[in-house]
Order: sequence, then structure tokens, then C-alpha cells
Amino acid sequence: MIEFIAGVFASSNYWFIVLRSTAPILLVTLGAVITEQAGIKNMALEGSMLWAALTGVIVSAFTGSPWLGMMAGILASVTIALILGLFALKLDANAVLCGVALNLFSTGGTVFVLYSLTGDKGISSSLPSKIIPFIKIPFVETIPWIGKVISGQNLIVWLAAFAVVAIHFVLNKATIGRRIKATGENIEAAKAAGIDPVKVKFFTLIVSGILAGIAGCFLSMGYTSNFTSGIAAGRGYVANAAQVVAGGTAIGAIFASLIFGLTDAMATYLQNIGLPPELIQALPYLVTILGFIVVTLIRDRRESIRKRQLLEGKLPKGSLKPIAVGGSNGNGSLGGGAA
Amino acid sequence: MSDAKTRGPGPLASVKLFFTDRDKLEPAVITLLAAIFAILMGVGLIFVVSKDPVTSTKNFLLGPFLRTYNFYYLLVAMVPITFTGLALCIIYQLKYMSLIVDSSFYTGAIVATAIGVRLALPAGWHPAVAMLAAGLAGGLIGTLPAILKIKWRANELVSSLMFNYVFYFFGSFVILYFLRDRNQTILASMPFQKTFALPKLVENTQLHAGFIIAAVFVALVSIFLFRTKWGYQIRITGANPKFAAYAGIPVASVAIFAHFVSGFIGGIGGAVEMSGLYRAFIWQMNPSYAWDGVIVAMLARKNPKFVPVSAFFLAYMRVGADFMSRRGDVAFEFITLLQGIIILILASDKIANYFKARRLRRNAFAAEAALAAAPAGGVRSDGGGKGTAGAAGTGGKA
Repeated sequence: MIEFIAGVFASSNYWFIVLRSTAPILLVTLGAVITEQAGIKNMALEGSMLWAALTGVIVSAFTGSPWLGMMAGILASVTIALILGLFALKLDANAVLCGVALNLFSTGGTVFVLYSLTGDKGISSSLPSKIIPFIKIPFVETIPWIGKVISGQNLIVWLAAFAVVAIHFVLNKATIGRRIKATGENIEAAKAAGIDPVKVKFFTLIVSGILAGIAGCFLSMGYTSNFTSGIAAGRGYVANAAQVVAGGTAIGAIFASLIFGLTDAMATYLQNIGLPPELIQALPYLVTILGFIVVTLIRDRRESIRKRQLLEGKLPKGSLKPIAVGGSNGNGSLGGGAA
Repeated sequence: MSDAKTRGPGPLASVKLFFTDRDKLEPAVITLLAAIFAILMGVGLIFVVSKDPVTSTKNFLLGPFLRTYNFYYLLVAMVPITFTGLALCIIYQLKYMSLIVDSSFYTGAIVATAIGVRLALPAGWHPAVAMLAAGLAGGLIGTLPAILKIKWRANELVSSLMFNYVFYFFGSFVILYFLRDRNQTILASMPFQKTFALPKLVENTQLHAGFIIAAVFVALVSIFLFRTKWGYQIRITGANPKFAAYAGIPVASVAIFAHFVSGFIGGIGGAVEMSGLYRAFIWQMNPSYAWDGVIVAMLARKNPKFVPVSAFFLAYMRVGADFMSRRGDVAFEFITLLQGIIILILASDKIANYFKARRLRRNAFAAEAALAAAPAGGVRSDGGGKGTAGAAGTGGKA
């Protein structure tokens, strides 16, 4: 078994699949990270991805252009994020419940639209949809192992890598990043500093909508070449778990989504050696929960050590940085009371 | 009747009170409006996509009542969503968001299948044992997100959604590797023992004794939430966890216990569905009744008493949509779309409190106008009078 896994880790094909299945998760996780930093939980990412995947396929089929399809997909995804914002920020609804509602709306709505257009509930194969191109890199291609991993990946895999840089920049270097963090950490203080928290939250929702839109389009126009019902397969939910693991940073999002990507890619291999596929399919979700627990455990421990040091006066004066708590306690307040 | 008279306000008086108490009436009106809006929206959608919208609309709205079979089917369809709706009422009273009931229901069905296929028990005992085992399994699963939340502050909705995938795949693994009927081309378990089936309430229909079990559970959960110490603790913890903790309520254990009860109900729901409706486990996908439970609980405003009403409404929409989609060109899934819209509307506090806010605003305007009109001395005495009246009113109530 260990030999088998070592063999898999050595194969370039495995790492090719890892990158491929990490990319969509990474994109949505970044979306979850940025909204969570502003203090709003976007549980509708799953629905955003579904609509993006479907709209991308439909528009690319009717216009013949994958780019127009992708733009339309992103637009659809942003629309879902904006509806969430409208209800959660303007109409005082519970954001998490709105997310649940929008996901229901999207799982049903996408199948409804697909059936009304094609007469098929399961798959969009009757639509001549287009594919977002795969990129072969001229010289890198010929490098023995690395070439096989990096070259021939879809454009969106690269876009995901770029998104990490962009979100890292937005959160840490741009003014809006400071506003986002201020809003997420202390809304009253942010207001006092002249920040409009609703605007900031809407901004993060739009960004998360764009990211989920790109991820959704990738699923139906790159990862596979069709829309199938429920194509997002819980990735939007996984992103919300991965966001906690990421600890609110774009770099952390890479590691968090890699947990999922590594297991997801391993699942295809384990299936080949006769392990029951059902158990293997459960693996990525199980590992995500475990990652989720381990990270909060470490963070809690670190926090309590820090508190003790603060109490004992051992900490030097300059190092009183606020500790990011990741906002995993989003809606209920019972955790605090229980602890 | 005479007993009721001596005890206090009879049912008629409480109905009258309901219609005069605007704080109770207005949310009900909003809920009703949301339901009507959803149906109108559904009809609108039918007119957009259907080639024969009039027939489709007729099938959608009247389908459940056109045939007796359909009507009984509606009653049968109420059963699983009543269970998940009740389970979610408890979770929502606690102000938690977890959807782990989905796992509890599904795993309950798997456990019941195992017992229904493998064990030989006398009729009557057989489904009862299956329900108890399914309930325990569902209850234990139900506590997982609560424990994660309390111990590690993991968001319970996120973790429950992850668990739902895990338990779904695990459940289908159990069916495939231990209970599968290899003679069937589709994924199905071996047939249940004859003793496992719940009796039918009406011959030649699908209506089974599970309907009565569901009704009993409506009563039990109502009593549990509003007439027992545990229910009181759950509601107080949900309303204000800090206050509950100060008052000496063990909030963590209450949350875990509530999740156990909720999962227990979900698990029993899965078992009832299996023994009442099927001859073998034949679900090709997870029916995800917990997501329907969300809307049932929300339409019922977290009150188990109203769960049958909202379950009836949802079942009516679903059976109508099912009937329509079989006879027309509109996909059944549009019902899920409408469900999402209803939850969105019901979740919005601004919409829910629209009338109340308007009333308060009007009162405030009126008070302001009175202030402006009255001479300075008069205002003070008027305000004082109001203050004492208010205090007396609340004192009397308490």
C-alpha cells in the first residue's frame, strides 16, 4: 500500500490531476476567504458555481465563443452573490440561511433551465458548448517530469494561480484590503473611521462571485466538457470549510485547497486498485473536516498560550498583534457561551 | 367542552386572540403571502416555458385533488418532510443552522434497511426495532456538528454539509457491499422481510401507518419544546446563550442533547419511510429531505404545531409539480427553485417585520405630531401617563 502511494506521488500524471482538481477549489476558497474577512459568510458559492457552469455552457453554445460564455457565467455567478447581498445586507436576513436558500434555488433552477432548453435533466451534451483552451508551454513541455505536470493545463488553472496573487495583493497591499479587514474585525470601529461596511461587504461578495464564476465555468468548460446536474458537487461548501483552514489568507488558501485536491486526485488512483469507490468518494470531504478540526485545534492552542503569556507579562511590548480568529463562529454565538 | 370552559379560554377564544394579537397575526399573514407569491411565481414560470401553459397550470394547482390516488400520495409525501421539519424546528429553536438531519435521515434509512433485510422479528416489533435503532444512529450522527462547534467553534452548517457527503457515500457503500440484491440491474437492496412493512391505512393506496406515527411525533415534539424542562432550556439557550449560561443552564450539553433529539427524529423518519413505502432500499440518490425540512420548519415559524400545515403545503406543491411534469413539458425541479425563493423571503427580517415596522413608525409619527401640537406642560403629563400605563401593563402580564 505504501509502495503504491509512493508510486502515485512519483508519477507526473498524479500531480497533473492534483493541479487540475485543486484549481476550482482554490478559486472558490479565495472567494470564501475574502467575504469572510469582511465578516459575511457566502454560503451561496455552490449556487454561484452551478449557475456559472450552466450559463457558460449555454452562452458558449449559442455564441460559439467560450469567452462570451465565461463572461456570461461570471455575470450569473455575481448575480447570485448580489442577491445574497441584497437579502443579507439590505433586508436583514440571516446570511447563512440565504445561502441555503440560494443553493436550493440554484440546484433546482439549473436543472429546470437545462430541461426547458434541451429536454434533458442530467447533461447538456446536446448543446454544442465550447471549451476554454488548454495551454501548452513551448519549452517547458519538453522538460521531463515538470513539463508533464505544468504544460497542457487549462487556462483557468493558471488563472487560479494568478487569483492567489491578486487576492493576496488586495488583502494586504491595497486600501480596500484594510477596509475589508476593518469591517470584518470591528464593524463599529470601521463605521467610525468613515468606512461604509455595506459597500465593503458588497465589494467582497462581487469578488467572490467572480471567483466562483470562473471556477464554475472551469467545471463545465474545461474540467469536463458538459454541464451535468449538481456539477459543483459540494465544492462551494468545501470552500467554506477550506476558508477556515486557510486562516483568512490567500496563501493559506493554497494549502487548504491542496488538501482537497491531493485527496481528490488520490481517489481516482485508489479506485484503480479495487478499493470501494463509495468510500473513496467520501475521502475528500472527510479529510476536509479533519483539516478543519486540526487547524482550529492548533489555533485555539496557540491563542491560549498567547493569552497565558500575556497574563504572565512574558510577551515583549511591541508584539501585541491582534490574533485572527477566522470568524468560524459566524452566525451562532453559542460557542463563546459554551467555552 | 365544559372542562375546557372551567379551565380557561376555550379554543374559540384563542382563535379570537390570534386574530386580534397583531404580533401573532402579522407573521402568519407574511408567511401566507410568501406561499402565495411562490405559487404565483411558479405559474409565471410555467407560462414562460410550457407549450401548453393552461393545462400545465391546471395540473400543477389542482393535480393533487384531481384523483383520489394523488391526494393519498400527497398525504404520504407529507410524512418524511414532517419528520425533517420537526427535527429542524428543534435545531432552529436553538438558533443553530446545521443540516445534519440529512445524514440522520439517510443513515436511518440504511440502518432500517439492514434490520429489515437481515433480522427476523415478529410483525409489529420488526419496524419498531428498526425505528429505534435508526433513531439512535441518527441521533448520534446528529450530535457531531454540535460537538465540533462547541469544542472547536467549527461552523455547524459547513461541517454538517461535509458530513452529509461522507454519510451519503458511506451509506451507499453499505448497501452496495452488504445488502445489495445482485439480481437487480439497478442499485437496490435485497427485499425486506414481510414482517418489516408498516400496515396500510387505506387499501390500494400508498397511505401507511407512518402517517399516524408522524402525527404522534408532531404532538411529542410540541410537548417536548413547549412543555418540558429540556424544551425550555433549548429555547432559552437559543434566545440568549449568555443569559442561559448565567442562569445555570448547561448550554453545551443542551445543544448536544437537542441535536441528538433532532437526529433521533430524523433517523426515525428514514426508518418510517423505508418500512412504510418501500419493499427494498431503492434510492439511487439521496432524496435530501432535510432541505425540504428547512422550508417546512421556516413556514411553521419553528413551531412544531404548524409543521403539519407547512408540510401539507409543500407536499401539495410537490405532488402538483410531479403530476404536471409527468403530463407536460415543465421539469419537476422548478419546485426546488420556488422553495429557495420562499426561504429567501421568510429569512428576511425586514420583510417579516414589515407590518410591525410600519405600525411602529406610524405610532412614532403620531406621537411626534402629538408632541408638536401639545403645549409643553401637557406633553410631560401625557408622557408620564403613558409611561405608567405601560409599566402597569407589563407588570400585569408578568
